[in-house]
Amino acid sequence: MSEQGRVITYADAGVEALREEMRRDDSIVYIGQGIGPRGGNFRQTRGLWKEFGDDRLRDTGICELGATGVAIGAAMAGTRTIVDEVFLDFALEAITQIVQQAANISYMSNGKIKAPVLIRGAMGSVRSAGAHHSHTFYNWFANTPGLKVVLPATPYDLKGLFKSALREPGPVVFVEHKSLYNTKGAVPEEEYLIPLGDARIVREGADLTIVAMSRMVDLATKAAVALAQEGVSAEVIDPRTIVPLDRQKITDSIKKTGRLVVIDESPSSCSFAAELLAIAVEDCFDELRSIPKRICSLAVPNPFSPVLENQMIPSVDRIVSEVNNMMKQLGRKR
Amino acid sequence: MTERVLAEQINRDLLMNYYKKMLELRLFELKVQELYRNARLPGFVHLYVGEEAVAVGVCSNLDAGDLVFSTHRGHGHALAKGVPPGVVLAELWGKTTGCSGGRGGSMHMYAPEYGFMGTNGIVGAPIPLATGGALSAKLRKKGQVVVSFFGEGAVNSGSFHEAVNFGAVWNLPVVYVCENNLYATEMAFNRATKNANVASRAAAYGMLGVEVDGQDVEAVDATAEAAIRRAREDGGPTLVECKTYRYVGHHEGDPGTDYRTRDEIQHWKQQDPVKLSRKRLLDYGVDEAKLLAADQEVEQLIDQAVEFAEQSPEPSADSVNEHVF
Repeated sequence: MSEQGRVITYADAGVEALREEMRRDDSIVYIGQGIGPRGGNFRQTRGLWKEFGDDRLRDTGICELGATGVAIGAAMAGTRTIVDEVFLDFALEAITQIVQQAANISYMSNGKIKAPVLIRGAMGSVRSAGAHHSHTFYNWFANTPGLKVVLPATPYDLKGLFKSALREPGPVVFVEHKSLYNTKGAVPEEEYLIPLGDARIVREGADLTIVAMSRMVDLATKAAVALAQEGVSAEVIDPRTIVPLDRQKITDSIKKTGRLVVIDESPSSCSFAAELLAIAVEDCFDELRSIPKRICSLAVPNPFSPVLENQMIPSVDRIVSEVNNMMKQLGRKR
Repeated sequence: MTERVLAEQINRDLLMNYYKKMLELRLFELKVQELYRNARLPGFVHLYVGEEAVAVGVCSNLDAGDLVFSTHRGHGHALAKGVPPGVVLAELWGKTTGCSGGRGGSMHMYAPEYGFMGTNGIVGAPIPLATGGALSAKLRKKGQVVVSFFGEGAVNSGSFHEAVNFGAVWNLPVVYVCENNLYATEMAFNRATKNANVASRAAAYGMLGVEVDGQDVEAVDATAEAAIRRAREDGGPTLVECKTYRYVGHHEGDPGTDYRTRDEIQHWKQQDPVKLSRKRLLDYGVDEAKLLAADQEVEQLIDQAVEFAEQSPEPSADSVNEHVF
């Protein structure tokens, strides 16, 4: 499926996926705060309540623990549910239900009970949202056996991944980025699915591999364009899902280029970026020509000041500069 | 037969069934205690000894397709919902024939084929899950009822508050059954809260709350019957507080006497649900010989469960990665 089609927003791509899947599967129930008549804090359910009504779009008070537990319990009993935490930060109110109940249930029940629940939340730094509304801890969920973790970067990916996630047998943590909701991209009118665990090669290159997800894909791509003007050919890969991870496509690229840079909006310690560096060492040690590099947010709570926030998160300039430093290193013999 | 005689016989037969079921729960737990103390069972266990009238009085009013969400002290709930004792014991032994194939254990045993949606290692957590089960029932399986068991230790948690609020506002077919055994681990309920009357909290959610003697299986039965019927007829949830007591410590290994007096324990043992119902059966004119035969039948059932569990195979080590997703 090519990325041809109308140009729509990231938020609307999600609405389309939901509309199609809720029409296809009448067991799907959507639970969350402000997702009914209001259409979602980020317009992420706009127009759905009008079609599906109160039974299937269930507005709640501000009570993520209860709402998430209810969504998981309903899923255990055979009703596919979506619970919208709105901000990923608010999933912390409910994390015991996600990690202890949803993630464990298939294993604890010897595969007899599945919880087809999609846990949705928007993450990331944007416009000085501050420390309580900007977290990016998707790696915590990826570290929990039993959860699948999806991070779409474009409207096209969001729609195709959302539809696949709504057909998964078990829990999926679906992490959008707040600053992407109004970004636009081509989305086909005909139906398509993107399987979980299938990385996207955003841009082909020969000199180094840049792995990035969610909003960082855009930064990585802009950095790759700038680097090309300086004669450095960067391949950009978006894994799209951390669990399952397309290890093959990523390591094939690292073996081809011999260099790895990971852009991650989370702090570097114990991060997804750290995991990718470990994979590079485990699978591509002989092919590596320079030390793999993590470019991550600084390990500080999200600052309010725009100056400090910009200092905290990775930038195109920082990526270009770090890559140039890497390219100056004496390459290891292959 | 006159109507009165017929009613008496029905009561007698019902009570006889309850007596046998409660004895099954009691002897099962005493057997688990013995096996555990002899280091035959791995993990750790929380026994239901003393609280049998609650599980039996409630679950006897449920259909096979109704759902039960249970707690860390949940062996009794599983048995009362119809999971065979051998299957429960095999799970406690970590065997493949256990209801979770040995992957769960005491606090994580699931038998959806019997409508048993799990014990739970996290206090309070099953209350939202049960409420979700009831949402699913309301939308998709009209007439199905869900029972949420929890101890009084759970009602000071946010999970309880958020879940029962959902149950009430969405008018869900769920019965919240609080087993108030007075202690959350070692914490006396009246030291943990200013309002130690659980049933009264229902008013805060615009829900019906009822208090019942949890040692009297017939009283529990009558209360549960009404609450379950209400839920089934779309009348909404009920909070049922069953006043009960555990004779044993919080878990096997806790003597349970550091924070409770022996006098208090003795006081509650005098209201033992198994003995009470046995005495009542004799009062109803049931032959002692019939009771002895029933006792023997239950003892055999437990012996068979031990034999089944003991002889069942352990899982193969290679299977460790199965069923994660």
